[in-house]
Amino acid sequence: MKLIIAIFKAEKLDEVREALTGKEITRMTLSRVSGHGRARHRTGLFRGREVDIPLMPKIRMEIACNDEFKDEIVNLILHSARTEGDSPGDGKIFVLPLEECTRIRTGETGEEAI
Amino acid sequence: MFVSGVIRILGSLAFFIPYQVLAIEKEPAGDVLRQAAPAVLDTGNTAWMLVSCALVLLMVPGLAMFYGGLTRTRNVLGTMMHSFAAMGIFGVQWVIVGFALAFGTSALIPGVLGWSTDFLFLQGVKPDDLWKDTGVPTYLFAMFQGKFAIITPALIAGAFAERVRFKSYCIFILLWGFLVYDPLAYLVWNENGMLFKEGAIDFAGGTVVHISAGIAGLVAVLLLGPRKGYPHSTMKPNNLTMSMTGSGLLWIGWFGFNAGSAVSADASAVLALTTTQTAAAAGAVGWMLTEMFHYGKASALGLVSGIVAGLVAITPAAGSVTPAWALVFGFGAAVLSYQFVQLKVKMGYDDTLDVFGIHGIGGIFGALLVGLAATDVGGWAQLMVQAKSVLIAITLSGSITAVLVSLIGRTIGFRTSEEDEQVGLDHSQHGEVGYGLTHL
Repeated sequence: MKLIIAIFKAEKLDEVREALTGKEITRMTLSRVSGHGRARHRTGLFRGREVDIPLMPKIRMEIACNDEFKDEIVNLILHSARTEGDSPGDGKIFVLPLEECTRIRTGETGEEAI
Repeated sequence: MFVSGVIRILGSLAFFIPYQVLAIEKEPAGDVLRQAAPAVLDTGNTAWMLVSCALVLLMVPGLAMFYGGLTRTRNVLGTMMHSFAAMGIFGVQWVIVGFALAFGTSALIPGVLGWSTDFLFLQGVKPDDLWKDTGVPTYLFAMFQGKFAIITPALIAGAFAERVRFKSYCIFILLWGFLVYDPLAYLVWNENGMLFKEGAIDFAGGTVVHISAGIAGLVAVLLLGPRKGYPHSTMKPNNLTMSMTGSGLLWIGWFGFNAGSAVSADASAVLALTTTQTAAAAGAVGWMLTEMFHYGKASALGLVSGIVAGLVAITPAAGSVTPAWALVFGFGAAVLSYQFVQLKVKMGYDDTLDVFGIHGIGGIFGALLVGLAATDVGGWAQLMVQAKSVLIAITLSGSITAVLVSLIGRTIGFRTSEEDEQVGLDHSQHGEVGYGLTHL
């Protein structure tokens, strides 16, 4: 079992979700996060003055899956979260080994529970 | 004896002569005063209109909150800016030329558009000049009417919320004000206006404000197309508490909008206030009950939508129906608007905040029903007059909106780029965010 954690641009959320749900991948947990990688600071306006916005809004998506689904999910996120051009800031995908999984309602564990 | 007699005569002459001189001087002045006898500033009317004027302006931030809360987080500022920008743009346009076009005493286009050089920059108006026989200063009447010119284009913005360029929006509403609002206000409210002469009842702007904005919204979204992801993506309101607060402000402001349209502190204003209050409440109850029957739950957004639908419907009729009829206006508008909002999803057009469903439908319903319900003149003949004014409002607003939207679309572009829409208007149009200061 794997835990996939993807962090990508907030504005790409709709596209990523549509890509995943289109392939029947519907179990996911989302949170709004802020952070920065190597991307240049975005600028915003404050009373007519340009200011740096160092922390950028990102989406953190977590999907727990069985091993055979890992590649497909990573691929779908990869292609839907990528922006045109070559500028940094599109985010990252982490894949972690998942030790155990228990469904709270039934108490099932392991691959059945995912 | 003789001397004292002479002094007495001279003395009386001394009193007499200045009196005569004064009398000669006063006589014509007295005539002028008598001719203009009704034109005395009425402090009661003026006090009420000062309050009304402020109340109507309160509706615009109210609308900004109502609309702003209903869009997604990334568009909250962009949506509120649509209302606030109208305050700026029409606050300026109205003083420069808008009032002259809508309420000018001579005709630029007979029956359709007016003109008064005195009203250009309000240059020929003095603070104590009075508007017709209202006893209210012209400045105050102009400012009061100017608030209507602000809120009407601001209403349209709800239809194409979340997807238009700010610059294009500003140009659109300015042109729309000139080509739709000013002529309609003249047609319906100016005593030389075509519809005014035919006796169309529009107490506070059912046709001028709500039908024209509702139809403009519908036509604009049909031409602009739906938001990316509509209707299959969920597009949840970012802050319903703000929308509820905003709709409360709308209700309060509407007393100025409707009861102020009497332009006097009299029985007609009191009637308008009573029917406005009643219709808003009936609209709330109407929408709640309908939702209860359909879903088993009354939603917060539903309730406030019902309030607005009721207020819209009573707007043309506020001064001419009984409170019992006001219940029918409010309840009926809520039930009808509810049906149209459901229908929208089936028809596939994307009227983001239901400007057509609520203002268009509620406005048409109210403008027609008052033809039957008006206390003195109600009947089939009046209904026909109302139907004609509704048709003219629909035609004028619909056709000109279509021309403007496609013109702006083909020149500078009306919609944002797809990427800007995804990022949200707050960042792409204004370089700001509404919430979440951690991102700054």
